[in-house]
Amino acid sequence: MAKIIAGIGTSHTPAIGAAVDNGKTGEPYWVPLFKGYEPAKKWMADAAPDVAIVVYNDHVNAFDFKIIPTFGLGCAAEFPIADEGWGPRPVPPVIGHPELAAHMVQSLVLDEFDMTIVNEMQLDHGLTVPLTLLYGTPQAWPVRVIPLSVNVVQYPAPTGHRCHMLGKAIKKAVESWDEDLKVVIFGTGGMSHQIQGPRAGLINKKFDTAFLDELSSNPEHLAGIPPLEYLREAGAEAIELVMWLIMRGALGDKVEEVYRFYHVPASSTAVGNIILEAR
Amino acid sequence: MSKQPEAYEDIPGTWVFDAQRARKGYHLNAFFYSLMSHENREEFRADERKYLMKFPMTEAQRGAVLKRDWNKLLELGGVSYAIVKLAFTDRKSYQFMASQMCGVTEQQYVDMMMAGGRPVDGWRSKSERGN
Repeated sequence: MAKIIAGIGTSHTPAIGAAVDNGKTGEPYWVPLFKGYEPAKKWMADAAPDVAIVVYNDHVNAFDFKIIPTFGLGCAAEFPIADEGWGPRPVPPVIGHPELAAHMVQSLVLDEFDMTIVNEMQLDHGLTVPLTLLYGTPQAWPVRVIPLSVNVVQYPAPTGHRCHMLGKAIKKAVESWDEDLKVVIFGTGGMSHQIQGPRAGLINKKFDTAFLDELSSNPEHLAGIPPLEYLREAGAEAIELVMWLIMRGALGDKVEEVYRFYHVPASSTAVGNIILEAR
Repeated sequence: MSKQPEAYEDIPGTWVFDAQRARKGYHLNAFFYSLMSHENREEFRADERKYLMKFPMTEAQRGAVLKRDWNKLLELGGVSYAIVKLAFTDRKSYQFMASQMCGVTEQQYVDMMMAGGRPVDGWRSKSERGN
């Protein structure tokens, strides 16, 4: 039986990918950030999951505005890397798990989550930066990936409650798949940040710390945070944090926080990383 | 026909990319999206106005592109993730674009972020800012 063993929350700031791709990780600006991810990388190497479900958002790369899926599940065998405007990131293509993804689609739709089935998509920094942070720069990614894209670009994003419920349905879907697989789930994006308008650069460490604290102990409360509160308190783009609630919902009631890291800034973003093991 | 103001319109210095703004910005964002290809970036650089005429956007939107009036692009329905492809085409960074939106130099913006970012106090609502 497939089992979700842990969830990883992490920011996906594009500048982090650019720092790795351009050999800048040793610069003083970046040293604390990459040092802070070392324990998470080691955890990932030890855990060696077979499959990673990566909850992320596309940033007007795979999807233009012709079609905007609220929830899209990547069902392809392989996903190419998007050219976001400066050429594709020099990272390996992402290998999918189409059998499990197909099973998840059926299970989720029958569970009343109307997923958009995505059979071809390019992946942008929202997905590749988390892989880089947790796996470094291998020749090939040592994990098969099921991308789950969430619309957080055009308001409104799905609510935190809806995301949390989707996570619970994902747990049910994965655990009804009859193949021995170790699965992890990433919730990506955030934490506090705003990258538009005269209020750009907003950071709210207090909000972020409370979010990290309650992710383990009180996710129901986080699931009730209305969209306006994310926008007002933590910046227009902090709404990405609803994706962490999909991850949290997929872990079951009891979790143990085994790692946490918080750092300001990466470009305009407060970077958070947390690892929660399902208990 | 018109709707009540949304509560998020009270957030200062912010244009939330909602469904109405997305509707107005559809062709503008299609233009930004086109800059994902190298050939299109080169064509745009060669004659910006001519390239913009290929997209049925408003003249105000074209003007904001040509002037790199970043905040105006937000107001007229551009979404920052799409707008930034114009900054990348100019070989500028996201931080550069953000600093221009705030009306400071890129270095001042970087310094603000290094010092912990912009505090939320004073930036929660327009009334709190006195406007």
